[in-house]
Amino acid sequence: MRETFVATTTALLDEDPRTAVVLADISADALAPAMRRHPDRVLNVGIREQLMTGVAGGLALTGLRPFVHSYAPFVIDRTYEQIKLDLGHQDAGAVLVSIGGSYDGSNVGYTHHSPGDVALLDTLDGWTVHVPGHPDEVPPLLRAAARTDDRVYVRLSAQQNQRAYGTGTRLQVLRRGWAGAPVVLAVGPMLDPVLDAVAGMDVTVGYTATPRPFDADGLRALVNRDVIVVEPYLSGTSSRPVAEALADVPHRALHLGVGRTEVRHYGSIADHARTHGLDPAGLRRSIGAFLDGR
Amino acid sequence: MTATTANTDVLGSLLTRLTGDEKHAPSANSTLDVLWVLYDRILRITPDTADAPDRDRFLLSKGHGPAAYYAVLAAKGFIGEDWLDDLGGRHSRLGHHPDRTLIPGVEVGTGSLGHGLGLAVGTALGLRAQGFLDTRTFVLLGDAELDEGANHEAIAYAAAVRLPLTAIVIDNQSATHGWPGGIAARFLGWPASIVDGRDHDALAHALAARHPDRPNVVIATVERKGR
Repeated sequence: MRETFVATTTALLDEDPRTAVVLADISADALAPAMRRHPDRVLNVGIREQLMTGVAGGLALTGLRPFVHSYAPFVIDRTYEQIKLDLGHQDAGAVLVSIGGSYDGSNVGYTHHSPGDVALLDTLDGWTVHVPGHPDEVPPLLRAAARTDDRVYVRLSAQQNQRAYGTGTRLQVLRRGWAGAPVVLAVGPMLDPVLDAVAGMDVTVGYTATPRPFDADGLRALVNRDVIVVEPYLSGTSSRPVAEALADVPHRALHLGVGRTEVRHYGSIADHARTHGLDPAGLRRSIGAFLDGR
Repeated sequence: MTATTANTDVLGSLLTRLTGDEKHAPSANSTLDVLWVLYDRILRITPDTADAPDRDRFLLSKGHGPAAYYAVLAAKGFIGEDWLDDLGGRHSRLGHHPDRTLIPGVEVGTGSLGHGLGLAVGTALGLRAQGFLDTRTFVLLGDAELDEGANHEAIAYAAAVRLPLTAIVIDNQSATHGWPGGIAARFLGWPASIVDGRDHDALAHALAARHPDRPNVVIATVERKGR
């Protein structure tokens, strides 16, 4: 997905004089050709993430459309106050594009993990959050973001589904169970593990690459009683919008995602997925136990 | 100096209107003279051009104690003088920190220290990228505000990319641990001038100097805080 981001923003820089890219060394090599062509609009501030976001706010105030890119722990966790004040409080927009969310950096340790990025943005007003599940979903999301002045977060992952799905803002139903079937909502790259996990189960499977704003109407239309949300970041991140969507509907909810306990082992992404119970077998155990408890 | 004194009298009455404090001498406001000189002699911005893409930009990073800022904005017609009567009130657009979305002519909302310089660097970069090469960007900080580390990211980067930008540091010696060796030494690669922050002609001379291929800093020294 990072390669797709580089290709799309490089094209946008050529096509739209409003486009700017702000980096803090991460991916600077990949964007070097674009920087040579557009030295005034591709800006690498060095390892200075607070400045990266402040610069984006300033660029936006002059009318440009900044894309800000780094590892998730640096572009979100580290610069939370700049996101809150240099963008939100100024009523300025930017497109924050991360890589390495959650445990994508599986063998580099917790300093490079950001399971809480979406939860942090949930404390702020007006953020659209895209979590594409496939590289082909990335260009339309970035191009749509380029055309607005909104505050947009695009969470790119090393994990991906086998195929791409549409990038509309509504929940898509990929598998429909019986009329009252439990609904499993998969966010971005959690879809393939979910589809594996619920093989043979009578459930409806929904998908979204845009968890914010949350499609409350879409969820209400699907849910009869049981809803299970599987998201690739901190478990329970979407519990508030799900609870709000179903506030006047009797329901049971299970929220699966990355655990809060710091995982102090290395290994592969698959190893971390197993630890957090986000591999197909772990998901099947959790979902099965929840549904058996009805 | 007669005209200057008259203007200071006007600002004094506006400040009194803001604070309701008859004894609130203009000298209590460390930024007052710099702000007046900026808006009276330096900045190419008027209420009519407050949204013009090529207007000069002034960013008040030190959002604390904005009374002097509001008084100058009122004196220059950006806001009505009657706005000054309800500072911090429920229906007032003027708070104890300024909000850019509420006040015409205010470029950034500040209060939390250490944000203005990064925003100013982005502003100057955005203006340069759009070819507004005659437009100047100014940002005002306090000497204690320099404690915030974010400033030092911006100082080093602006020097490295030779970005035209003018920082003004109001030095009222309020930084808890001081700046041994002087404030100018913290702005490596920035031409610095140190002036009397109450001397309008000296301020105007320092602020008018253009450095088209590098950032510069004007350190305006005023009375020590609390004296």
